[in-house]
Amino acid sequence: MTNTSTRNKVLWAIATVLVLVYALFPVASILATSFKSPSDLTNGKFLPSSGTATTSNYEQILVGDAQGLFLSALRNSIGISLIATFIAVVLATLCAYAIARLDFPGKKLILTTALAVSIFPVISIVTPLFNLWRTIGLYDTWLGLIIPYLSLTLPISIWTLAAFFRQIPWELEQAAQVDGATTWQAFRKAIVPLALPGVFTTAIIAFFIAWNDFVYGISLTSTEAARPVPAALAFFTGASQFESPTGAISAAAIIVTIPVVLLVLLFQRQIVSGLTSGAVKG
Amino acid sequence: MASITLNHLVKKYGDGFPAVNDISIDIADGEFIILVGPSGCGKSTLLRMIVGLEDITDGDLLINGQRVNDKAPRDRNLAMVFQNYALYPHLTVYENIAFPLRLAKGKHSEDQVNKLVTEAAATLELTDHLQRKPANLSGGQRQRVAMGRAIVRQADAFLFDEPLSNLDAKLRGQMRSEISQMQRRLGVTSVYVTHDQTEAMTLGDRVAVLKKGELQQIASPRELYEHPVNLFVAGFIGSPSMNFLPATLEGTTLRTALGDITIPEDKARKAAGKRVVLVGVRPEFFEDAKLVEDSKLPHGSTFTATLTHTEWLGNEQYGYINFDPAPEMRELLNSLARDMDADELRPQVVVTLDAASRIRGGREAEIWLDTRKLHLFDAESGENLTRDAEAGAALTLEAAEDRAEEIATAQQADRDGSAFGGGASGNGASGNGTSPAGHTTVDAGTRSGGSSAAGGKHAAG
Repeated sequence: MTNTSTRNKVLWAIATVLVLVYALFPVASILATSFKSPSDLTNGKFLPSSGTATTSNYEQILVGDAQGLFLSALRNSIGISLIATFIAVVLATLCAYAIARLDFPGKKLILTTALAVSIFPVISIVTPLFNLWRTIGLYDTWLGLIIPYLSLTLPISIWTLAAFFRQIPWELEQAAQVDGATTWQAFRKAIVPLALPGVFTTAIIAFFIAWNDFVYGISLTSTEAARPVPAALAFFTGASQFESPTGAISAAAIIVTIPVVLLVLLFQRQIVSGLTSGAVKG
Repeated sequence: MASITLNHLVKKYGDGFPAVNDISIDIADGEFIILVGPSGCGKSTLLRMIVGLEDITDGDLLINGQRVNDKAPRDRNLAMVFQNYALYPHLTVYENIAFPLRLAKGKHSEDQVNKLVTEAAATLELTDHLQRKPANLSGGQRQRVAMGRAIVRQADAFLFDEPLSNLDAKLRGQMRSEISQMQRRLGVTSVYVTHDQTEAMTLGDRVAVLKKGELQQIASPRELYEHPVNLFVAGFIGSPSMNFLPATLEGTTLRTALGDITIPEDKARKAAGKRVVLVGVRPEFFEDAKLVEDSKLPHGSTFTATLTHTEWLGNEQYGYINFDPAPEMRELLNSLARDMDADELRPQVVVTLDAASRIRGGREAEIWLDTRKLHLFDAESGENLTRDAEAGAALTLEAAEDRAEEIATAQQADRDGSAFGGGASGNGASGNGTSPAGHTTVDAGTRSGGSSAAGGKHAAG
């Protein structure tokens, strides 16, 4: 008994380490590259050559030449992604609530449509969208990106939340109503606290989708007014035309990873597993 | 405190199937009504109609004489205990119990809330668990929290939807007696849904037996047991259930598969004209002929039978006799079994014998049957031909008197024994010294709980 459990633990530890290495090696590589000086980029080693490690790449994008390009892009990315996530989560919550709770004609239709929308390849929509946005003046604006981002984030949010809501013991809502709550109070006081972990999970997924988008970002923007980080990285240039901007791009990549990591750490507390246990007899 | 009147209530679902069909019940103030029946009989639907979670298709529902059909659950001022407790998992036990008070905004100050919750918790022995979350409680504790949420506000009536079905047998017996005592002490009108007939018989002032959405009979447990109105009620109430023997009636002689039985003339007269009847005999109407006192012997009829086996239970024993009914009778017995949730009624008679009886399986034995008590049922309509409606009504009236007396005694004891549960029962006594009184009463509850748990086990055997 003890033997097998010890062996199990060791096996699990090995598996975990393997997965971690596999997943984190690219990140570590980018991190190392971001500290290399331009001449050291081709040194063929993982770490910068000794004595040449430099923070010049970071200086370049934060206070140097590329500052204008990068900081405005960072601001755009954060703003657009947050707004898109917020709208998507609010709409998806209402929609999923209706789907999980109510019986209405067209329920199946909504779910299939949502799925169908998310199946469309982004690249096939982007050209018509480019023309349309230019005509109606949404090209190179925040709203011009938020709307297509909603088309990406809403379907998955609706599906995730609908699945989550279906597992909530709705009897609680009835119990609350009998206890003297209005329909709205029952929803807010009995259901929302249980639904929050699902909503947070969905919010994180939606935020990632918006944050990581490249195709819309590069096609529907032309200036610093709305260009998000993934698109901005493509416009980085080296100090001279003979130098590649690899170091600066790596530094930017590291910086844009930070909000994502922060977000997960922040919301991890909210995603308390087993929050619903104890509500009803299982 | 309230009276509830169900006036020809009907519930039809989208497909037109009546889940509840034309049910009328008058529930008096302070009465404990049980809705019982096999699964799918509409008992839970009926309860949910009363509380307002299901719409009423037709008929009127009156609380204290006021029609409440169109009122939302929150405006009916009823408290409900759900089968799976429905506790709020993100709130502590304290907040769970305080939940209804917090919803009634402005009605209670923080001090009042604290006082009411503490009192309810003391009544239910939850004081030590107030700061815990429901997930960390045992089944019985969760059940009590659900109950606390009901008693903390002065609701007009309590509605219970199979509240004990998720508990184990021992705890069920204990909680059953606690519910019973709590109801008496608070004197609050209660409607209780169950499929467990031990709960139905022990808790109810009156028991309503439902079948396929229709009310079969509503009466005191004793009337249901002794004067059932039809085959279904007779078969459903009692454990082991009543034996049904197909028989042909000739004068005062019943020809059955077990032999000829002579019945008293008045019973034979009531069934006159029917050629085929079903004889309903409770297992305890039988006895080992050797052990029957001579003075009783002439009141019954003796026959010889071979028991397949016996089960000795200590205080009594069960014997089993197989018989072979005519084919058309077998069909009738099977349809009766289907009504009662069983697949097939085995053509078998269960007899209760004295524990001292030496009758054993496989041997021929003389068995005596008390013919004064047996019932004759119409084979087609299932109607009880020998029912004495007057005697039955008298039994139910007796039960009503007992109830009034019990409530008065319980509430008197409450007043005498300081303010135990005072806040919840609304007599406004001070909350001081609740704890000692609380302990004595709950001790009593546990003790009688133990004995009724034993009773429950016996019935199950």
